[in-house]
Amino acid sequence: MAEANNTDFGQAWKGGDKPFAASYGKLMMWFFLVTDALTFSGFLAAYGFSRFKYELSWPVPDEVFTHFPFFKGEYPLFFVALMTFILIMSSVTMVLAVNYGHKMKKKQVILWLSLTIIGGITFLGSQAWEWGHFIHGDKGAIITEEKEIIHLVNDEKEITSVYKFMGVDSYSKDRFSQMNYEQFVEKFKLQNKYKLKSSNKVILEHDDAVTLLESKGKDFVLGANLVKNEYGHALFADYFFFITGFHGFHVFSGVVLLIILLINVIANTYEKRGHYEMVEKIGLYWHFVDLVWVFVFTFFYLV
Amino acid sequence: MSSKSNNNWWIWKVFWILLVVTAVEVVLGIIKPQYLIETKFLGTILLNHVFIVLTIIKAAYIVMIFMHLGDERPALQWTIILPAIILIPYLLFILLTEGGYTHFMRF
Repeated sequence: MAEANNTDFGQAWKGGDKPFAASYGKLMMWFFLVTDALTFSGFLAAYGFSRFKYELSWPVPDEVFTHFPFFKGEYPLFFVALMTFILIMSSVTMVLAVNYGHKMKKKQVILWLSLTIIGGITFLGSQAWEWGHFIHGDKGAIITEEKEIIHLVNDEKEITSVYKFMGVDSYSKDRFSQMNYEQFVEKFKLQNKYKLKSSNKVILEHDDAVTLLESKGKDFVLGANLVKNEYGHALFADYFFFITGFHGFHVFSGVVLLIILLINVIANTYEKRGHYEMVEKIGLYWHFVDLVWVFVFTFFYLV
Repeated sequence: MSSKSNNNWWIWKVFWILLVVTAVEVVLGIIKPQYLIETKFLGTILLNHVFIVLTIIKAAYIVMIFMHLGDERPALQWTIILPAIILIPYLLFILLTEGGYTHFMRF
């Protein structure tokens, strides 16, 4: 009777005791990834909500992420594009590792897994640089008592560095004590060619700007933290830290899993087991991390 | 690299597709074609819709080819894809509509 049931069951699912003809481990990894995808969708949808709500004072992403390590000047999008490339590349090496796993070629699996780990670590390093740069800040801004972020602009309406205006080196250790807000206001009054740009991207002519600085202006904002940031609305930095941080944590977990996997491959664990399915399961997770980055890249940096 | 073994060509093919699509996105993001920026559709500029379509193309290649979902049984494919394509647009619709409305109410 039980046997008959089994056959019927097998026919209905066409997978025997493996529903969907996928192993238990693979199936559970897929279900985990579906829930994780919904979690990330929730974060990105919340980002979309805040962005629509504060549409006018939301920073323009390609004015925020404009720098590339070791190069002076502004190169919007290039660095994140490179990070995307690194992650896609590590996805390719992961597929190759999975592919050689199917063929039981241990040496090839070790080679491609190692390259995947290098790709993952490079990505994490890039993200650390990106965070460091974001936190340190670039051109600085002024905050009003109503917590509005105001940028300094020159006569060509380009955002200008407040450090440069004050003649302070933005990378000096005591940059915070060197930047005196009262001095800034006095200096600004004398320099007619400078204007201000309000958080909803309206240019204030010099006289209006002076009035604003004297009535509502409060202090500089140099860099970014969870409370305020020089780029625009405070929530922008909060979402940036939270979403890229959560994704970075996924990459970090992936690298840890890959290292454990590599040790097991070298120790012949999967040779003895007779199959390299574990490479496939961790591979699913790794591709998912790449998949999430594709969406973060679009919604954080492009849109 | 692809000459090393003939049966890995599909991996490199997907790699090039992903790379080209990303490059197109970056180029569009930098030059920002006037027409795509000025035309608005469903509350946002046309360029953003282009980005979203390109992103979904990339996502489809990663999931179907790299994650081998295309080789699984249709029942499993739908089990994974359906919750995503029903719940995510639903959530987006509600949150983005409300975001737009709260913006409208503030000004």
